[in-house]
Amino acid sequence: MENITFKLDGRICTAEKGLNLIEAAKQNGIFIPTLCHFKHLNPLGSCRVCTVNLNGRSVAGCTIQVQEGMDIEVNTIELLDTRKAILEMMFVEGNHFCPSCEKSGDCQMQNLGYETGIRFTRFPHLFVDRLVDARPERIVINQNRCIKCKRCIEEVKTADGYNVFSFTERGNSTKVSIDYKQEAKLSEIEAERAMQICPTGSILVKGKTFSKPFGDRQFDLGPEGKLFSLDKIKKHRTKNKKKRIATTSLAGCFGCHMSMLDIDLGLLDLLEVVEFNKSPLTDLKNFTEHCDIGLIEGGCCNTNNIEVLREFRKHCDILVSVGECAIWGGLPAIRNTFPLEECLREAYLESMTSEEGATIIPNHEDIPKILNKVYSNHEVVKIDYHIPGCPPNANHIWNVVKHILFEEEYSIAYPEFKYD
Amino acid sequence: MKRTRLLSRLWEFQNKYGYIPDNAISEIAQKLRVSKIEIEGVISFYHFFHRKPTGKYIVYLNNSIISELNGFKDIKAAFEKETGCTFNSYDNNPLFSLFETSCIGLSDQEPAALINFHAFTHLTPEKVKSIIEKLKNYVKLDSIANNPVCKIQYTPSENKTIFFRNYILGNSLKKIKPNTQNKLLAQIEKAELKGRGGAFFSTAAKWNACKTSNSTKKYIICNADEGEPGTFKDKALLTNYPGLVIEGMILAAYITGAKTGYIYLRTEYKYLLKKLKNTLMEFEEKGFLGKNIQGIDNFNFKIKIELGAGAYVCGAETALIESLEGFRGEPRIRKHFPTENGYLGYSTIVNNVETFAMASRIIELGANFINTIGTKQSKGTKIISLAGDIAKPGIYEIEWGMSVQEILHLSQATAPHFVQISGPSGECINETEFHRKICEEDLVCGGSIMVFNKFRSIIQILENFSKFFKIESCGACTPCRAGNQILYEKILKIKRGICTSKDLEEIKEWGKIMQSSSRCGLGQYAANTLIMAIDKFNDYFSLKVASCTDNCNVEFDMQNAVYDYDLIINTQINDVN
Repeated sequence: MENITFKLDGRICTAEKGLNLIEAAKQNGIFIPTLCHFKHLNPLGSCRVCTVNLNGRSVAGCTIQVQEGMDIEVNTIELLDTRKAILEMMFVEGNHFCPSCEKSGDCQMQNLGYETGIRFTRFPHLFVDRLVDARPERIVINQNRCIKCKRCIEEVKTADGYNVFSFTERGNSTKVSIDYKQEAKLSEIEAERAMQICPTGSILVKGKTFSKPFGDRQFDLGPEGKLFSLDKIKKHRTKNKKKRIATTSLAGCFGCHMSMLDIDLGLLDLLEVVEFNKSPLTDLKNFTEHCDIGLIEGGCCNTNNIEVLREFRKHCDILVSVGECAIWGGLPAIRNTFPLEECLREAYLESMTSEEGATIIPNHEDIPKILNKVYSNHEVVKIDYHIPGCPPNANHIWNVVKHILFEEEYSIAYPEFKYD
Repeated sequence: MKRTRLLSRLWEFQNKYGYIPDNAISEIAQKLRVSKIEIEGVISFYHFFHRKPTGKYIVYLNNSIISELNGFKDIKAAFEKETGCTFNSYDNNPLFSLFETSCIGLSDQEPAALINFHAFTHLTPEKVKSIIEKLKNYVKLDSIANNPVCKIQYTPSENKTIFFRNYILGNSLKKIKPNTQNKLLAQIEKAELKGRGGAFFSTAAKWNACKTSNSTKKYIICNADEGEPGTFKDKALLTNYPGLVIEGMILAAYITGAKTGYIYLRTEYKYLLKKLKNTLMEFEEKGFLGKNIQGIDNFNFKIKIELGAGAYVCGAETALIESLEGFRGEPRIRKHFPTENGYLGYSTIVNNVETFAMASRIIELGANFINTIGTKQSKGTKIISLAGDIAKPGIYEIEWGMSVQEILHLSQATAPHFVQISGPSGECINETEFHRKICEEDLVCGGSIMVFNKFRSIIQILENFSKFFKIESCGACTPCRAGNQILYEKILKIKRGICTSKDLEEIKEWGKIMQSSSRCGLGQYAANTLIMAIDKFNDYFSLKVASCTDNCNVEFDMQNAVYDYDLIINTQINDVN
C-alpha cells in the first residue's frame, strides 16, 4: 500500500493512503476524540465530536480518508471549544445522571467530558422525559443516556442479518428504538457486545450491571501524571488578614460538606488562613461579615434556596458551585422531566403510605414554595467557579479554595476530576 | 418487492386505511427481509405517515410564519371547534384528523390548509365552518377545494422574459438532433447555469461529471421537494410549464446517457400529480420519451414520479436520494458527489425544477441570448416567490440584478422592515440594505422573499423559524438536533423578557458552533437568520434585553418558577372548599 504525507496541526505525518483520519492521527500520536467512529464501521459522521479543519473547512474527522497533501488542523483553540460545546450539547440534551449510572467510570462520553475539562455546561439542560425500555428480552435501553451515535444501529445485527436497532421519529424527537423480535434472537454474548459498543450507558444487559462491579472503570485514573489546567483565577478584593468563607447546602444532601471535612489535616492548615462565617460547620445562621468565598452545595428547588443563594451572592466576593447538584441540578433534577403536579401527587397524595383523602400537598406561608423545576445555581446568580463531582474529591475542593485564596492558577489531578 | 418501492407502498397503505397498521409493517418487513423497527423508523421519519387511525379527512394546516401572521391561530381554533378534534392528536374521530404542517407552498394565499391533499386557500373561520359542514354532509372534497393558482405578478419586458414566455412542447428538444452532446453541454456552460435550488453549483460541471462517469447506470432526478418556507416558485413552473421541466430532464438524459429519471414531488403538491402524468403521457405520445427518442438510436429515457411524504430535509439532494431508495431521509456525509455515487450507488444528477426549466430555455433560446440578460455572474432571469406584507403576493420573474427596493415597489410592500431572503435558512436584511441587488455578486436568492412590515414582531418570526428547524432536523447529528432545541429555548427566554445582552452574545456563539460542525446544510444554515437578525435589528433587540457587563447577575424569573406550585395549591384549596 502506498504511503502518503499530510499535515496535522502543521506537523508532517505519514500514513497509508485512504486511511481513516482518526486512525491515521492515532498512528502519528495525535488523539482525535470521537464517539460514533468505531473501528471498521462506515464513517457515520453523526456525533461530530471529531470536527477538524480540512484545508480550512470544518468537517467531521471520521469522514476523512487521508490523501497526499491534506492540511488538517485538530487542536486549535476554536476547534477544542467546538468539540467541548458538542459534548456539552449531548450532556444537556439527554439526562446524564453520572452518579446513578451503571456505566459511570467506563463511559466514553464521560471520559471525553473529563478530557475536555467540562465542569459545567454553557447550555441550559433541556430535561426531556425519555423512555427507559425494559421490555426487550436481554437488553434495557435507557433513552436518557442515548447520544444517537448510531453505532448500535450499524453494528448490532442478528445471526441471520436483521438490524436490531433503528432510529425512529425525527428532529428533536429522534431516538434509537429496538426491535423486540430481533432482539430476542441475540445471544448473551451478542447482547453484551451491544452494551460494550454503546459509548454511554444507554444499552444495558439485564442482570449484568449490578451483580458485580460493572466495567473496569477504565477511565477513572487517566494517563498517569495528567493534570487538568482548569481556571484562570480572577483577582478579588481581599484586605482581610484571615480570609472568610461561608458555606451552605441548598437542594443537596450535605455529601459535599462531608467531603469538605475529608480534607482531614488540610483543615488545620485551612483554619490558619481562613475563618468560617455563615455555614453549617459554624452553625452561624446569618452573615455577620462580608466574605471572600461562598461555597454552595446543591441547586435550587424552592424559593428559600433562591433567597439564600441571592444572599450569598450579595455577601460573597466569589461564589463556587460545589458538586453536581449545584452545577446543574444533579439527582434532585431527576424530577425535572416530570410536571411538578405529578411529583407532588406522587409524594404526598398517592404514595404507598398516604391514605386517600387524608393527606394534602403541604402549603403554608411559612414554608417555601416548590419551584417548577430544580435550577442550577448559575441560572439564578453568577457563579465564578464550578467543582464537579458527587461529591467532589476533597483534594479537588481544597485545591480550588486554596488557589482562589492565593490567586494562583491551579490544576487538578485526573483521578480527582469526576462527575460521580 | 424492492426497497426503492417502500415509500409508494407505504402510501398505498396510508391511503387505503388512513394509517399504516401493524400487519402492514410486518408484511413489508418480511418482503424486504428487514426488521420491523427499520420500517417503523422510515414511517416515523415522514410526518404524513400515521401509525394510528385517522379520520376520513386529514387536515394539514400550514403553520409557517406567513400563515401565522395571517390568522393561523383563529383558523386552528375554527377547525377544532367545527370538528371537535384537537390538533396533532389521534382522537378517533371517524371523519376528521387535524395536524399542523410546515409550509405547503401557498404563501401567497395564506392561511391555507390541505385536506386529503386538496388545497384550501385564503381560509377564514367562516370558510372553515362551511367546509367542515359540507364535508359532514357528504359533499365531495374536490368539488369544494380551491384550485391553487400561481399568480404570475411580474415578468420582465417580453424580449427579456425567459421562463414565462410562450411555450411550445418540444422546442428545445428539436435542438437535440442537429447537435452533439458536447455542443449542448457547451451551451449550458456558456450560459453559466447554476443550481437554482439555492446552492448555485455549476450545472454544466454537474452534468459533465455524470457524462464522463463510467457508472453502468445513470439517473436524472428532478428535485420537486420545494420545502423552504415561503417558496412556491417550483410549483409555479410545474403548474404552468411542466413540459419545460421535463424537457430539461430529457436534455440532461441525452447529454449524460441516463435511461431513467425521477421527479421527486413533495406530497404537498399532490394536486399537480395528474397534470404531470398527463404531460409525461403527451411527451411519450409525441416520441419525446420512451425508446429511440426522436429517432435517435439507443436514446431511451423514461420518467417516473415519486411522492415524498413530508420531510423538509429531503430537499437536500443526498437526503432525497436516501428517501427515493426507501430509507429515512438523512443526508449522507459529504464524501462523494451524487454524480460519483448517487441513487443506488450509480452516477446521479439531482437538479431543482427551475434548473431543468432554465436548461431547456437555454438550449431553446441559445446561450448568446441568455447572456444578454442579467448580470456578469448571474445570467438570465430568476423566479422569485413573494409573500408577506405586500399587496401583490405571487410569482415574480425578475432579471438578475434587480434591487430589493424595486421588488418591494413592484409588489407594493407596505412599510417593509424585515425582509427574509431565501427562506428561514437564508438571510434577513434591514432597511439599509434594500438597495442590494438580487444576483450572485451581491445577494443570492434561492427563490423566496418574505416581507414583514415594521408592525410585525421580529421575535415571533424568529421563533417560528427556530421551531421549524427543531422539528425538521433529520436528527442524525448532535449540533443540529440539540443545537436547534437549545436556540429555541433561548428565543423563548427572550420572549419572556428575561434576557440580558449576554444571552444575545451566546446565541451568536452557539449558532456559529452549529454552522461549523453540523453534518449538512440544514444545521449549518439554521442559525443564520437568528445571528444576523441580532446584529441587523440591534435597536429592536436592545429594547428586549437588559444590557449587562461581564459581572452581572443572571436574570431569574421567580414568578414563572413558582407559577405551577401556586396553581396546584390554589386548586387544592378550592377543591377542599
